[in-house]
Amino acid sequence: MNIGLPHFLTVSAALFALGLFAVMARRNTVAILMGVELMLNAANVNFVAFSRYVQHGIDGQIVAAFVIVLAAAEAAVALAIVLALYRNYGSVHADTAQSLKR
Amino acid sequence: MELLHVKIPSWADLQWWLPELVLCLTFLFALIGDLLARGRRPVVPFAIAVLGLAVAGVLAVVDTGAAAPAGGRAIMGDLVVVDGLAAFFRLLFLFAGLATALFAWTSEEIMGRRREHKGEFYALTVLMTLAMMVMAEARDVLMLYLSMEGVGLASYVMAGYMRTSLRSTEASLKYVVFGAVSSAIMLYGLSLLYGMTGSLRFDGIRQALLAGGADPFGLLVAVVLILAGMSYKIAAVPFHFWCPDVYEGAPTPVAALFSVGPKAAGFALMIRFFYSTLAVGANPAASVALIDAINWPLLVAVISAVTMTFGNLVALRQDNVKRMLAYSSIAHVGYLLMGFVLLSDDGLAAILFYLLVYTLMNLGAFFFVVAVNNHLKSEELADYGGLFYRMHWTVGVMMVIFLGSLTGLPPFAGFVGKLYLFMAVMDRQWFWLVILAALNSVVSLYYYFRVAKVMILSRPAAGADASPLRLHWLQYVVLACLAVPTLALGLFFGSFKDLADASIRAMAGG
Repeated sequence: MNIGLPHFLTVSAALFALGLFAVMARRNTVAILMGVELMLNAANVNFVAFSRYVQHGIDGQIVAAFVIVLAAAEAAVALAIVLALYRNYGSVHADTAQSLKR
Repeated sequence: MELLHVKIPSWADLQWWLPELVLCLTFLFALIGDLLARGRRPVVPFAIAVLGLAVAGVLAVVDTGAAAPAGGRAIMGDLVVVDGLAAFFRLLFLFAGLATALFAWTSEEIMGRRREHKGEFYALTVLMTLAMMVMAEARDVLMLYLSMEGVGLASYVMAGYMRTSLRSTEASLKYVVFGAVSSAIMLYGLSLLYGMTGSLRFDGIRQALLAGGADPFGLLVAVVLILAGMSYKIAAVPFHFWCPDVYEGAPTPVAALFSVGPKAAGFALMIRFFYSTLAVGANPAASVALIDAINWPLLVAVISAVTMTFGNLVALRQDNVKRMLAYSSIAHVGYLLMGFVLLSDDGLAAILFYLLVYTLMNLGAFFFVVAVNNHLKSEELADYGGLFYRMHWTVGVMMVIFLGSLTGLPPFAGFVGKLYLFMAVMDRQWFWLVILAALNSVVSLYYYFRVAKVMILSRPAAGADASPLRLHWLQYVVLACLAVPTLALGLFFGSFKDLADASIRAMAGG
């Protein structure tokens, strides 16, 4: 069996869908952030696969490297905020933060 | 086939990027200054930030991009472009950043006795200003994403600046979760677009689309995903959930900056991205023909109509002034999107002009709330009773100017701005949109002037503190710097409208 572009796209679509599901279904903020990581990596798989099969260059791979770094930075900021949430509310569940009017 | 399309930047490029360079250094020095002045009143980081923003502003005025070649000057390995559009937004963001830094100095929420790491606030303001400027300059998918995340990361931290406050923490949590998800969605859309066009450059994407062959359905999915991510940045319905909560929970000076900065940057990005990839040319009738699968004008017109109506109707029911202003800012995004319907030069120039006016009047209204909050520790409308008589009369008058301009009443600048936006879609087909926008303006009259009515006609609640409010001299200066142009732009708008027109023409390359 030849592994080609469709296989990569299928994996990435599955990753994206799983990430989106985790974001919408989970109430634990850490789990939500893990879902976001999945979505970002789905895009990364796309970028790398397209750069190999469509563009025949390395632009997409460069983008993927930048996205990995940014995802780490974002995780650092987001986890710091989750820590502040835990200090203030004593829980990391998204539902506990209910002090603003809705 | 060229293996590597990314060019190595040359040092000579930096001469066109002086404002950004100055802000980079300002950010670093402000952080170091904060470390040195730990525990004391953070005069050093504040002074560095204000000085840096002012110097960058002067440099941005000196180099307005007028000398740039047609179509702009691509620099830094062709990742960013410096042209009329970039020059316009540079000035806008530097002004907003400077005004926010100055006003935050007098805010109890930022500088109060219990707050920690006060100096970092100014460093973050500078960083956010820098990232917003790059957003307006990006001409590459990579830079688009990096600059958007740069603005995002700085703003998540700023929203949660009051670490021990429950509301501030909740605001930053909501901001970071919604922001991370929507930027991931946008990145996925961008990756699909890259796959279908084989290019990361906006002009390369355009050429590939012109050559045809891209799957219409795939393009539809990609464009909708990208539009979703950008709608989040400008808080257009249905990606507005975070907006009222974040504005209410974040410190008020931060909310003021959020309500103008990232929104204007989002519009700058949308203008450059969609105009340079999708629009066919100056002819409005033929534009947006690159994608047959999407009825672009109808899509944007519906988003615009729903956004303005939703924002205005929910704002009617708000008793918290800050939350009311949050919904009003959603409504203003609806008005601004009107200029985006046809992707025509006129419409985009109208957006630019309105963003300028909106920055002045919205910052002014939010800063008034900051000044009041310093004393009352409240943003509830009920506490605003008789406020007009408790402060120097000029401050009350300036707030009425901001509210009148936000409503769009003549002779204030908001009226002129709205007029240009209405004219951009004043076409038989889009009559309904103009009529709806006009009706919306009438609705907004009620909730804006309810604030003025309570301030002037109501009495303070019995037993409540009715002592006069004393404002810091810096607050008078900044408010005047916002109120005077709001008034003046309503009467002498010609040269600034010409500037907006010229900026769009320079971007269009003609």
